[in-house]
Amino acid sequence: MRSTEAPAMWSRLGTVAAAALLLAATACGSTTNSGGPTAKEPPTAKIAPLASIGAGEGQLNLVLWDGYADKSWVDPFTATTGCKVNQKPAGSSDEMVSLMKDGGGGQWDMVSASGDADLRLIYSGDVKPMNTSLIPDFNNFQTYFKAPPYNTILGVHYGISLQWGPNTLLYSTKKFPQAPTSWSVIYDPANKGLVTVPDNPIQIADAALYLSKTQPNLGIKDPYELTQKQFDASVALLKQQRPLIKKYWGLATDEITLFKNGDVTVGAAWPFQTIQLKAAGAAVADTIPTEGATGWADTWMLATKAPHPNCAYLWTKWVSTPKVQAMQALSFGETPVNTKACSEMETLQAGSCAQYHADAPGTYFNTIKFWKTPIATCDDGTDNCILYAQWQAAWTTITA
Amino acid sequence: MLLWRWPWVRPALLLIPPLAWFVLVYLTSLVLLLVTAFWTIDTFTTQIVQAWNLDNFRIILTEPAYRLIIGRTVGIAALVTITDAALAFPFAYYMAKVASRRTQTVLFAAVLLPLWASYLARVYSWILILNHSGLLNWSLQSIGLPPANIGYTNTAMWLVFSYIWLPFMIIPTYAALERVPDSLLEAAADLGARRWRAVLDVVLPLAMPGVVAGSIFTFSLTLGDYITPILVGGAGSSFIGNVVYSNIGIANNVPFAAALAMVPVAIMTVYLLLAKRLGAFEAI
Repeated sequence: MRSTEAPAMWSRLGTVAAAALLLAATACGSTTNSGGPTAKEPPTAKIAPLASIGAGEGQLNLVLWDGYADKSWVDPFTATTGCKVNQKPAGSSDEMVSLMKDGGGGQWDMVSASGDADLRLIYSGDVKPMNTSLIPDFNNFQTYFKAPPYNTILGVHYGISLQWGPNTLLYSTKKFPQAPTSWSVIYDPANKGLVTVPDNPIQIADAALYLSKTQPNLGIKDPYELTQKQFDASVALLKQQRPLIKKYWGLATDEITLFKNGDVTVGAAWPFQTIQLKAAGAAVADTIPTEGATGWADTWMLATKAPHPNCAYLWTKWVSTPKVQAMQALSFGETPVNTKACSEMETLQAGSCAQYHADAPGTYFNTIKFWKTPIATCDDGTDNCILYAQWQAAWTTITA
Repeated sequence: MLLWRWPWVRPALLLIPPLAWFVLVYLTSLVLLLVTAFWTIDTFTTQIVQAWNLDNFRIILTEPAYRLIIGRTVGIAALVTITDAALAFPFAYYMAKVASRRTQTVLFAAVLLPLWASYLARVYSWILILNHSGLLNWSLQSIGLPPANIGYTNTAMWLVFSYIWLPFMIIPTYAALERVPDSLLEAAADLGARRWRAVLDVVLPLAMPGVVAGSIFTFSLTLGDYITPILVGGAGSSFIGNVVYSNIGIANNVPFAAALAMVPVAIMTVYLLLAKRLGAFEAI
């Protein structure tokens, strides 16, 4: 998904942030972004997707997260299809969206967009529908990722899901010999000065998710669609959490340093950090507490003005195969959407399938609330929900 | 012929390119910044709306979070400046008045050497020193003292800023001290002043413009920084720059970011006017 190296330190922030503009895209649509029956039809909805894949055009221009087209799976692709892959790594979702302006400008073919950028791309007409029947492995996808609300609107697919990851609870096994079962540990004054969470407004959704279980009377159903009252409660919880925080982390590597040096003992993280820390011999483990977790997911999307559509489909087909899915998953610490990738992962690294939840049953995805941009329109059609811009402003007051 | 008849033509010709550059690049961007600060965004679409209003400034002045951040930024910038002045003066004095030519060269190289290394690398090295299992705590524990947990705090920021900007204080102070004639010190001695008395009453007032010039660097550099707070700051270490960044990079609220960016501009204007009064510009 996103880069974990220092140069792209802001990528994660930008990623979610991107969201802000997404409002522009979805909000003016007046109805929901959840793909429900009332969703507004995106501008490219009527463009008929490719019916069959022709001969490759010899080139493929990709906007992607750094390393999403690694040599180890690009070289065999070029060898078999003759499509030379040209990469443009983006530092943030914002950058992705701006590169893809005007349908990719006739320059870019595809973008590996994250859930928070997707709707922006879809509603500004920069990406167009894709024909899933041209991707044989689509049938092997985890059911949730065949038509997730962030890339499928009114039954039309604006891209093919790629990989995903949960935002997990990372803890020191020295401090917690028993795995914590609740997110309450990161709100518990007993852990004062030992907690770290991402420096990211979307963290409000994590608080809302926790409150949806611990304070059911608030009536939070979707942590990305909060009324003023629910929003205020989430912000209040985070303000209460503020004295417990050692540091709000911006980079995955920052969090790794914090845990490695013993500056913190518990925090919100990605599986990437756990894997890196364990590899370095740190006594840590991660878990998804009973309240569930938030998560992110990436999609390959096709530019409206893609100059090499055949190569683009050939690429999507290739990266959806179990083997490539497994390779990418292990090189990034993320989870493939193709259920067949499980055995390939085992071959590459024993035990990795279960470790990454690549074999999770469908019900597992009910526990993960995938990122989407907070917009004014709630799922019930009313305009009572809090916009992302306000999430950002509130985050400043929380972390000030 | 032309140049001879109108002697002002030559300097005018020479001045036009830098002046045009200054006006176009510097003043224009500042004016645009100022203008944008009075606009707003449509919270629904995040598009800039060119409706004149003072909302951004009202929020900055009334919301306690922003007052806190501005106060923290200015406070740490001032603290860093005072620390650097206190450290730089004796050092520069030794370099200018006591050390031999040879030692002087070595010291000068020592002051400038850190500037050759990347800013980021130097900040990161402080993380290694200050963190929980870092060099500082390790040293304290090996001599039987309790660990000082100053990693990821405002104290850490103060230390790192003071270290990073110290050369910018030493150099102007040294330049000012260098210009103080030795004969004045001798005269003071002849009149019966002890060394420290002479430094306090003769050298310090003469070197003050240099210290003030150095303080312009340390103060403005700290005021505008946003990387050190990210790296070594803890929870509640945001600077003005961090909020500006997140408003542009994340919220797309350029007008608010512009309004907030006017705060350091205003602070620096006041500071520079004061510095001018103290004669700092003759010492740069």
